[in-house]
Amino acid sequence: MGVEGQDFEQEFQVVGTRPDRPDGIDKVTGRARFGADAYAPGMLHAVCVRSPHAHAKIRKIDASKAEAMPEVKAVVTRADFADGLTGEDWNILENVMAGEKALYDGHTVAAVAATTALAARDAAKLIEVDYEILPHVTDVDKAMAPDAPAIREGAADGSVPEGLHPNVVRYHESGHGDVEKGFAEADLVIEDSFVTEATHQGYIEPHACLAQLGSDGRGEVWCCTQGHFNVQKVCAALLGTESSQVRVTASEIGGGFGGKTAVFIEPVALALSKKTNRPVKLVMSRSEVFRATGPTSSTSMDIKIGMTKDGRITAGQGVFRLQGGAFPGAPMEFTAMCAFAPYNLENVHQVGYDVIANRPKQAAYRAPGSPMAAFAVESVIDELCNQLGLDPIDVRLKNASREGTKASYGPKFDRIGLVETLEEAKAHPHYSAPIGEGEGRGISCGFWFNHGGETAVSLALSEDGTAALSVGTPDIGGSRASMCQMVAEELGIPYDKVRTTIADTATLGYNEISHGSRVTYASGLAAIKASRDAVDKLCHRAAAKWGIDRDAVYWENGCAKPAGSNAGEFEPLPLEKITSKMGMTGGPIVGHYEATPEGAGVSFATHIVDANVDPETGQTSVSRYTVVQDAGKAIHPSYVEGQYQGGAAQGIGWALNEEYIYGEDGRLQNSGFLDYRIPVASDLPMIDTVIVEVPNPGHPYGVRGVGETSICPPLAAIANAVSNAAGVRLKQLPMSPPRILEALDDQANGRS
Amino acid sequence: MSMIHVRTTVNGDPQEFLCDPRETMLDVLRDRLALTGAKEGCGTGDCGACSITVDDRLVCSCLMLGAEADGKEISTIEGMADGEELHPLQAKFIEYAALQCGICTPGILVATKALLEKNPDPTETEVRYWLAGNLCRCTGYDKIIRAVMDTAAEMREDA
Repeated sequence: MGVEGQDFEQEFQVVGTRPDRPDGIDKVTGRARFGADAYAPGMLHAVCVRSPHAHAKIRKIDASKAEAMPEVKAVVTRADFADGLTGEDWNILENVMAGEKALYDGHTVAAVAATTALAARDAAKLIEVDYEILPHVTDVDKAMAPDAPAIREGAADGSVPEGLHPNVVRYHESGHGDVEKGFAEADLVIEDSFVTEATHQGYIEPHACLAQLGSDGRGEVWCCTQGHFNVQKVCAALLGTESSQVRVTASEIGGGFGGKTAVFIEPVALALSKKTNRPVKLVMSRSEVFRATGPTSSTSMDIKIGMTKDGRITAGQGVFRLQGGAFPGAPMEFTAMCAFAPYNLENVHQVGYDVIANRPKQAAYRAPGSPMAAFAVESVIDELCNQLGLDPIDVRLKNASREGTKASYGPKFDRIGLVETLEEAKAHPHYSAPIGEGEGRGISCGFWFNHGGETAVSLALSEDGTAALSVGTPDIGGSRASMCQMVAEELGIPYDKVRTTIADTATLGYNEISHGSRVTYASGLAAIKASRDAVDKLCHRAAAKWGIDRDAVYWENGCAKPAGSNAGEFEPLPLEKITSKMGMTGGPIVGHYEATPEGAGVSFATHIVDANVDPETGQTSVSRYTVVQDAGKAIHPSYVEGQYQGGAAQGIGWALNEEYIYGEDGRLQNSGFLDYRIPVASDLPMIDTVIVEVPNPGHPYGVRGVGETSICPPLAAIANAVSNAAGVRLKQLPMSPPRILEALDDQANGRS
Repeated sequence: MSMIHVRTTVNGDPQEFLCDPRETMLDVLRDRLALTGAKEGCGTGDCGACSITVDDRLVCSCLMLGAEADGKEISTIEGMADGEELHPLQAKFIEYAALQCGICTPGILVATKALLEKNPDPTETEVRYWLAGNLCRCTGYDKIIRAVMDTAAEMREDA
C-alpha cells in the first residue's frame, strides 16, 4: 500500500545530508533546559516516601512530626487523589501512590513538600508508616507456582485459561500450521530454556517535574517525558480535573528509551501544589529511578525448533513467561509475536504469559519484549547451525521473511528489508575476517513492528520566508534535525530557514508519546503533509496574483511556477515574495496535518559480534561489532547511525552486565550506577554501522523507524559469540563472569 | 543549621553565597548560582554528568560540598565557550552528532577538555579510560570518541 505523493527515486536536496542539529549549541553549552532545570518563584521542593518492603499492608501513615516542621507546607497520601477510577487509570494511580498495600520495594506511599530540598528530605524521614509485612515473590517462575502469594486477586483478565495462578493476569496464543507435523519433518529438533533478568533503561536524567495546580482545577506542568499529551491526560484523571485545564510542556529530555512513557511524579507534584497553592518541584534520585521506575520484564522462555539437514526450519514453538511487576502489562504478546517474525515458517506456535510479582511496574524499553525473544530463538538457531555444520547467515537467508510472507504473528509482510541486511552482513569485511584465539563470532537477526499513532503538527510561514514547525513528539535523539530537513525539502528552502519546536499541549491536537520508533516516521510524515498543505496555499496565492487557476501552478525549488506555456508567461514566484505579502492576500499561511498514520513499516536488522571470553575470570569483552539495519530512508544518516550504535551498546550491557538483583527480603540490592553497571567508554569497541534502505511503502520518502530494532539482535548475537568462544551454550542473561564460570564448570563436569 | 559564607570564582566571575553545610557544590551551582549546565544523574559520583573543574582539577560536583569552593577557581560548562566562539570540542561534538539526548554532554565536554589540557595527544584507549567515569546511554560512545580524537588532532595542528 503506497501513500500519495510518493517518489522513492527522487533526487533529494536536504534529506540524506548531515546538517548540524538545530539544538546543538544549546546542548553543548549547558543552556538546554531539561526536567530538573526549571525554577519558579515561591517554588517548594517535594520528596516521596517509599515503601522499604516488597509487599505490605499500609496500616497507618502518621505525618504529624513532619508537618510540625516550619519548612513543611504539605503532605499528600492516596486520599489526596481522585477516587472511583477504573481500568488503566486506577492502575496508574495505584502505582503513582499506593492505596491499601505497598506492592514493591520503592512504591510511593506519601510525599512531602517543603521550602527547601534538604528540609523535604528531612521531613520524609519523619513520616511514620505502619506496615504489616506480607509474603512476597519477585521471580517469574516462582510467581506462577501454586504456593506463590497472590499479589492482587482479580487482576487477571478474560484471556487467562482456568487453573492458572491468580498472578497470571493475561495470556496470549498465536501462530499457524501444525508444529507437531513440522517437528516430524525435521532432521534435528532442539528444545531449550532461557532466562533473562530485568534491566533498566538507564537514562542519565532522573525523572523531574515542576507543577502548579490551583483550586480552580487549572494547572501547568513542566516535565521530562516522552509524551506530554499523555502526562496531561493521566494527570487530569488522577487529580479529578479536565485535560484541557492542565497545560503540559515537555522539557528537553535526557534519555527515555521507553522508560519516560510512563507517569510517576507529575500527579504527586500537582497534588502537593493544589494543597499549598505554590509551584512544586519534584526530582527523583537515581536510587528512586531504579527502585520505582522503568525496568523491563524478567523472562523465562522455552523454545523448540526443528531444522532439516540443508537448513530449512520446519517448525518453531515458543513459550514466553514475562514478569512485569505488580501490575498487568508485561509485553509478552510482543515477545511472542516478534520471536519468529524474521522467518518464513509453515508451522509456528507461540504462547505468552503476563505474570505479576512484587517488583516495580515494568515500562517499555526499546522494542519492548522483542530482544528477549530474539535471545532465545536465535540461540537455538545458532545451536542448530553448529550441530548441522551450516553457515548461520546462509540458514537465515534460506528461511528469511520476504515481501508476501505470512508473518509468524499473522499478517502478510509488505516490502521489507531482512534479506538485504543479511546479504550486506555476509558481504561485510567483518564476516570474513579471521576469528582470533579465544574469540567467538555471533550472528543474530532482530525484528520490531514500528508504530504510527495519533499525530498533529502545524507549520507556520513567516513574512521573511522562513518556516516554524510545531510538533508534539519530544525530541529524544535529534529528531528536530530530521523534521527541519523534511520541511526544507518540501518547501525548497534552506535547512536553516526552518525551526522545529516541541509545542505544548495547548498548541496542537493530541500527539501520542514518542514511542514505537514513530517520530521520524509519523511526525515526519505529518511535517511533509503539512508542508504540502502550505505549498498548496502558496500556489493559490500565486494563482490569484497571476489571475490563473490553482491547477495551472506548481511548486519547484522554493518557487511557484506556471505549469506550461498554456498557463501564461510568469516569472517564478519565490516563497518569500508570497509570504511577504500574505497579510494582504488572504492572511497567514499555515500548513496542517492531523491523522493517525498506519503505514509505519516493520524493520529488521542483522548484527555481527566478535567476543573474547577469559576462561580464568569469566570476563567477556566485545572486540568487534557491526550493525546492519534497514532504515527505509535515512533522513539524517548520522542520527540513524547513532540509534544503531546506541541500541547495540545497550544490548551489550543487557547481555553482559546489567540485571536487577533482589534479596531474599524482596528489596532491590543494586539501585545505583556503581552496582548496576551500564557500559562505560572503556568497555566498548567502535560500533560499525551499515544503513540499508528498502523503502517503506507507508511513508512519502520510505522512512522506517530505526530506534528500537537496533536493540533486538544484540542479546542473541553476543550470546552466540560468547557461546562459540567459550564452547558452551549460555542460556541465562546477563552472561556475567560468575555465570560464564559456572557454565564452563558444568561443562567440564559433564553437567551441561 | 547555620549557613556557611563562601567566596569563590566561577567561570571567572566572583561569586559569594551562603549555603547549608550539607549542600553539594552541584546543589549550589544549580539552585543558588543558576548554573544548571552541570546535571545530577546519580548524586554518587558514578555518572560524571556534574563534572566541573576546581583549580583545574576534574571533579564530580555532586561529591564536593558547596562550602569547599571557598577561595577556589571553579569552571563549568557555561564557561567553556569564549563568548560566541565555541571551544573546538563543542563544535566537533555538534558536527559529529556525538550527542543524542545531550544530558551527559556538558559533563563529557568538561572532562575531555581537562583531558586534552593534560594530554594533547591521547590514544583511543586513553580517551576511553579517561571518559569511563562519564556515562552516556544514548550513543555507544563511538561518535564521542571520534569527536575527541579528531578535535585533539586539529588542536595539535593549530598549536
